[in-house]
Amino acid sequence: MSLEMLEAESIHIIREVASEFERPALLFSGGKDSIVMLRLAEKAFRPAPMPFALVHVDTGHNFPEVLEYRDKRVAELGVRLIVASVQDSIDAGRVVEQTGRRASRNRLQTTTLLDVIAEHRFDVAFGGARRDEEKARAKERIFSFRDDLGQWDPRNQRPELWNLFNTRIRPGEHIRVFPLSNWTELDVWRYIGRDELEVPPIYFAHRRRVFERDGMLLAENPYQSPDPSEVVSEATVRYRTVGDMTCTGAVLSGAQTVADIIQEVATTRITERGATRADDRTSEAAMEDRKREGYF
Amino acid sequence: MDILRFATAGSVDDGKSTLIGRLLYDSKSTFTDRLAAVEDASRRRGDEYTNLALLMDGLRAEREQGITIDVAYGYFATPKRTFILADTPGHAQYTRNMVTGASTADLAIVLVDATKGMVEQSRRHTFLLGLLGVPHLVVCVNKMDLVGYDQGVFDRIRAEFAAFTTRMATRDVTFVPISALHGDNVVSRSPEMPWYEGPSLLHHLENVHIASDRNLVDVRFPVQYVIRPQSTAVPDYRGYAGQVAGGVLRPGDQVMHLPSGLTTRVAAIDGPDGPVDEATPPMSVTLRLADDLDVSRGDMICRPHNAPAMAQDIDAMVVWMSERPLRPPARLLLKHTTRTVRAVVRELRYRLDVNTLRRDLSATQLQCNEISRLELRVTQPLLCDPYSRNRLTGSFILIDEETNHTVGAGVIN
Repeated sequence: MSLEMLEAESIHIIREVASEFERPALLFSGGKDSIVMLRLAEKAFRPAPMPFALVHVDTGHNFPEVLEYRDKRVAELGVRLIVASVQDSIDAGRVVEQTGRRASRNRLQTTTLLDVIAEHRFDVAFGGARRDEEKARAKERIFSFRDDLGQWDPRNQRPELWNLFNTRIRPGEHIRVFPLSNWTELDVWRYIGRDELEVPPIYFAHRRRVFERDGMLLAENPYQSPDPSEVVSEATVRYRTVGDMTCTGAVLSGAQTVADIIQEVATTRITERGATRADDRTSEAAMEDRKREGYF
Repeated sequence: MDILRFATAGSVDDGKSTLIGRLLYDSKSTFTDRLAAVEDASRRRGDEYTNLALLMDGLRAEREQGITIDVAYGYFATPKRTFILADTPGHAQYTRNMVTGASTADLAIVLVDATKGMVEQSRRHTFLLGLLGVPHLVVCVNKMDLVGYDQGVFDRIRAEFAAFTTRMATRDVTFVPISALHGDNVVSRSPEMPWYEGPSLLHHLENVHIASDRNLVDVRFPVQYVIRPQSTAVPDYRGYAGQVAGGVLRPGDQVMHLPSGLTTRVAAIDGPDGPVDEATPPMSVTLRLADDLDVSRGDMICRPHNAPAMAQDIDAMVVWMSERPLRPPARLLLKHTTRTVRAVVRELRYRLDVNTLRRDLSATQLQCNEISRLELRVTQPLLCDPYSRNRLTGSFILIDEETNHTVGAGVIN
């Protein structure tokens, strides 16, 4: 019952966007939330094709399994995929690559994202963010206004009542729409299970060479090297979130099926971002600050 | 398992955050890393206790000022139900954010401090929740520990409230004496108050009957989007997508299209996973009709002998949400169901003092967060019902065309 209610709400939101905007984009990373969002978008317009382009902001540090999944899914659907590359932004001098041990391309994505929105004149972009993920996201509207610099102003959000969404913008401004706002991590997995959706294999338990940093298990990867004190060893892990290889931690897990994952998520006492994201640990308001700049 | 959407209203002083913290913590819905972050932040702030307000006050400005400014949404579940909590601010200057959170709530909790009794803020919140048609109210008389768990105090506050709520439309009002700090009657019944025979707050939230709050009598289907693939695979498919706002629709039903007034039958109903036998609120479905009618976004499908009003003169209660005062006559955009029209605010009938419920007939303008009864004229008729009959076809928002801000929220009388 509760999944059906969430699904109905999300489909209503997606159709509202198709009705009121001219140039929508759907941000698709190949992660579990965007997989569910894409599925809902498919359902919302059946038997017609969904009237959106897909956009992926590629940091260049993605898990190869996820990119493979992305391309396969796009081919199945026959939709247009626009890949916006952080490497291109670096090469064009739009952003400067961070250096040092904690270098990450996470923050650089914001510029690439805003550039692709401007280049294609998208007036709205769907994101798969959920309110239960993080405390700043818990404060964000479903239709979240961005000014002509792509900025979010948390102190001045449009009141959002009933199911009536204000979609009015001026040229150059855009709206981020979050159809999964009211879903939890558990809802997402239950839906994936119910609809038998395919997900990238890294969500399931596998053997991987990892090293521990700041209490997180990072994958051995081509983009960063462990310190001498950080020992690389093999472990049975899975990913709860999918982001950059350089800042997304794996969790020790033996979950091999969606049912195992549902069981695991239902009993865990740690949030998915707390367990797996280094980018949120820089300060108490890290997410709020990034979102103000235009982050996802 | 169903979902209960509930709102809390109040300020830190009433113990609102403590209560939410308790609900989340005692129902084992708080994650350890989030709690550790709150403990850490509390220490750095110099709080003497773990400041559970920090669990919900997610913005930097809120943590700095120690107040709730905007709605925060929280999610938890018990074996009985899934809960979506909208934690809303108590201060008068953030009324607009409070109504945002309460507009979709099935239930709302009003907190009263047992040592103070019913104060202005309790009256304002209770009135607003009634105006927004929240079907179930729970008045939590908090800090019972500070009044020696005295039944007399509780009874006095209950009587005071009852006198106020009888003037409102809210039918279901429940009173629970609690101590959020000590957890009395929050998750389980408290041994300190044997005289109280009702359920604990959580027990009430788990069991309150909400299925009958939906209007299943009046069929209302605002057309949101027309699906017409015109592809070789489905050359003739034409479906009208939308979210059911009232009533029960079944294939074969006689229906009427508005504004045309033409009737036809429902040929089929497509749900997210294929054809369905029945559509009820809040399902998102696609209707296929037996006859080719000219149907577009903003139209309404209903039953032939049960139609909404087609009104161009609208009498409504409006919460004003802009820093720029409203001075009739004023031109605005009005969004109602899936239809956006131009509106002129012709007259301000009276401004309501939400603390005293007194009507100020001499008011000529409306300030931010004030409530007034307005007369509006719209350029195209609204297909609407009284809000008391249907929250979705009886509500609208007002948008300033210059700034594009949402400046008002209205409920139709």
